[in-house]
Amino acid sequence: MLLEVTLSGVTLGGMYALVAMGLTLQYGVARIMNLSYGELLIAAAFAALWFYSGLALSPLLGLLVVPPLAFALSYAIYRILLQPLVRRAKTRDALEVDSILATFGLLFVIQGVMLAAFGGAYYSYSFLSIPLHIAGATVAANRLLALVLAVVIGLGLYLALTRTRLGTAVRAVAVDPVAAQLVAIDVRTASALAFALGGALVAAAGVLVSMFLTFNANLGVVFTLKALVVVIMGGVGNLLGALIAGLVLGLVENYVAVFVDPGLTLAATYAIFLLVLLVRPQGLLGRSSR
Amino acid sequence: MSRRETLSILAGALATAILACVPFLFGDYGLSLAINIVSYAVLATAWSLFSGPTRYVSLATVAFFGIGAYTTAVFAETLPWPAVLAIAAVIGVVVAAIVGLSTLRLSGVYFVIFSFGLAELVRQLVTWWEVNKTRTLGRYVFTDITAAQIYWQLLALAVLVFVVGFLIGRSRLGLALRAIGDDETVARHTGIDTTRAKVALFVLSTVFMTLTGAIMAPRWTYIDPAIAFNPVVSFTVLIMALLGGVHRLYGPVLGVVPLALLFEFLLARFPNHFSIMVGLVFILIVYAIPRGIAGLVEQAVRRPA
Amino acid sequence: MSALLQVEGLTRRFGGLTAVDALSFSIEPGEVVGLLGPNGSGKTTVLNLLSGALRADTGRIAFKGQEIGGRAVHTIARLGVARTFQLVRPLASLSCHDNVLTGLAFGRSRAWGATARATADTLLERVGLGRARDTLPAELTYIDQKRLELARALALQPELLLLDEWLAGLNPTELEEGIALIRSLSGQGITILLVEHVMDAIRSLCGRLLVMNTGRLIASGPPQQVLANPEVVRAYLGDDGDTGGGDA
Ligand SMILES: Nc1ncnc2c1ncn2[C@@H]1O[C@H](COP(=O)(O)OP(=O)(O)OP(=O)(O)O)[C@@H](O)[C@H]1O
Ligand SMILES: [Mg+2]
Repeated sequence: MLLEVTLSGVTLGGMYALVAMGLTLQYGVARIMNLSYGELLIAAAFAALWFYSGLALSPLLGLLVVPPLAFALSYAIYRILLQPLVRRAKTRDALEVDSILATFGLLFVIQGVMLAAFGGAYYSYSFLSIPLHIAGATVAANRLLALVLAVVIGLGLYLALTRTRLGTAVRAVAVDPVAAQLVAIDVRTASALAFALGGALVAAAGVLVSMFLTFNANLGVVFTLKALVVVIMGGVGNLLGALIAGLVLGLVENYVAVFVDPGLTLAATYAIFLLVLLVRPQGLLGRSSR
Repeated sequence: MSRRETLSILAGALATAILACVPFLFGDYGLSLAINIVSYAVLATAWSLFSGPTRYVSLATVAFFGIGAYTTAVFAETLPWPAVLAIAAVIGVVVAAIVGLSTLRLSGVYFVIFSFGLAELVRQLVTWWEVNKTRTLGRYVFTDITAAQIYWQLLALAVLVFVVGFLIGRSRLGLALRAIGDDETVARHTGIDTTRAKVALFVLSTVFMTLTGAIMAPRWTYIDPAIAFNPVVSFTVLIMALLGGVHRLYGPVLGVVPLALLFEFLLARFPNHFSIMVGLVFILIVYAIPRGIAGLVEQAVRRPA
Repeated sequence: MSALLQVEGLTRRFGGLTAVDALSFSIEPGEVVGLLGPNGSGKTTVLNLLSGALRADTGRIAFKGQEIGGRAVHTIARLGVARTFQLVRPLASLSCHDNVLTGLAFGRSRAWGATARATADTLLERVGLGRARDTLPAELTYIDQKRLELARALALQPELLLLDEWLAGLNPTELEEGIALIRSLSGQGITILLVEHVMDAIRSLCGRLLVMNTGRLIASGPPQQVLANPEVVRAYLGDDGDTGGGDA
């Protein structure tokens, strides 16, 4: 029982980690606090559902199609909607406030579109829901597959950011945009790419999540919140921190859901968040600012 | 007191007297529209009381509004009305103090994030409590409070929020907040306990939101967590305050009136696409009028000089 | 006589860089002490540690015999430690008068109302900004913004005033006035620690100098003696031995 709960907690945690990695790219590199982030996850989940039940195709095919689309969409959003704000902002704080406001508006637009299309009902589909037996525990194959894919995507991202030129440029912008500019890094392009990459990641997570969770059009906010908490917990801009924090959150939530009450999972998220705020506001792996 | 201040006070008193007559002048529809407008006027003014000077965007308006509404739903039948309001205020204060003390000593993002999910958290907690402890989900609100009484209470609350805002503006706390809004590090170096100032103001501003919820609850005869904690309310308040302008006490009201009317129209015409429309209106405001109508007015007044 | 400020083993690191390294010194009441050192030697960081803006990794700071290391910035300000910033930071939306009023309202005097307003005016006069009472800081020249910042610091009624290159960038007449102003503050009994590159000012104001290099204290004592110290000449004045020094 404990093993089973732990395994499904790790799966959930893997999703959170993936989602948070995308957000930490958007916030840490592009300096955009994106409150509409989770909406893209839900949109991707609906797209995967449509692949499966509308087109009778595997949602894995969706994994090849949806994230690139999300990449393009996010890139466009950044260039059209957010870059004017970046240009107009005098300080980093001003940009933060403006981006919070603009993306809060975007949240309601995207959510509104999904509500108009699908209503408030819960959706799910059964793909690969074959029980697998591992070391005495039973796990659904779809969960395990989602976890494996999340690990592959996360690892790929990590390698891309640490081993490639472009990745190094992106990380340099996260540390110090002004200095990055001085060494001839195109900060604007790097920011736009980071933002778009974040969008692609969250869409990938959306496809994976749809394979084993029920979802509805209102759920984006919750995913955004959890991603934000994980990013703060891990330390802004810190991919490894996001991974650890995501796993912790997934595990704790699953334990609470199973052993306490499923109605209290968000309360568990908040409890962890509070604890981090009180004990280590700079994040598990972050540095103190004072 | 300057001449301008005396004039504003007189104008405010006159406006209040005229507004108090609304229930006698208009029918049910007019009154319900007026209730809507005045309640949003209180919420938006209270919102910018805190978020205006500190520039901390609070997304949690409906968390407090909903707490107030639910308190009424639970206690209105058994307790006298003033006691219901007092309980609502106390619960709101406790929640606001927890949020404020844990986030406001840190940078603004933490507060925004905390407030972002707060309504959802409270909604889930109330749902959990109702399902597991009282075994009901959704309550009927039984009171004999009439629409006109609700309107007058809200109007009184609106007057109160203006008076409080006016007094804060002239007080030490007001100066502290303006300094914090300009440069928090410098504010600390001039001896301001910035955390305390922010928490005090946040708590104060949420009390008005909680009371608005408590007073408004009898408007619905039936309440469940999804109605009481509808996130669109937080969003609407934010839009109204920003459209009006948060740098002046009278600013938010300038945004409330046109938008309340617009939303009334949109809700009637496009009930299924309401949140899309509101989102688009909002984005338009953020881009086109970043300093709000009050900012435009000031600019127009200043330009000829 | 016990020291007004006593600093022992003060250390602060930024990542791998030790900006302030085991610094110890003390300041007696009424002294005017100059803190010198080449760019990046850690002077501003020392002021940040003293005012509480930064927390020390190790070390102790005692002000009037009371430990203030790790205390909140506003607490330290209220105890009587005021500062100016190397790059001026006026409160942009407040008039000059209100900028000064903040120090009065929240500092040691906790003054409010008519008295506070009158005191704010007096302080503005004192730094030569009497005419700018109702102006916004953005409309002032850089020099006047510096004056404003000094008035705001004085509003705290400090016993210890920390000045971070307050005289930098002034023209000869302004410099003269500035030096006279600081001297009058000292005459009024305020203890002053000033970070400075302007040699004329250092010579005419400071009774004692502390010289830092790469976070460490390399010399301290009376100006003539310290400025003649070969290590100081090498570290602070550079190899060309330019006695004008710094970026005045
Ligand atoms: N907040 C900070 N984070 C990281 N490094 C810092 C920080 N503040 C200062 N430093 C570093 O510490 C060192 C000392 O800086 P400091 O500003 O104290 O020097 P300074 O003596 O005041 O120089 P200057 O004469 O140019 O004003 C520098 O290398 C600087 O880059
Ligand atoms: Mg310096």
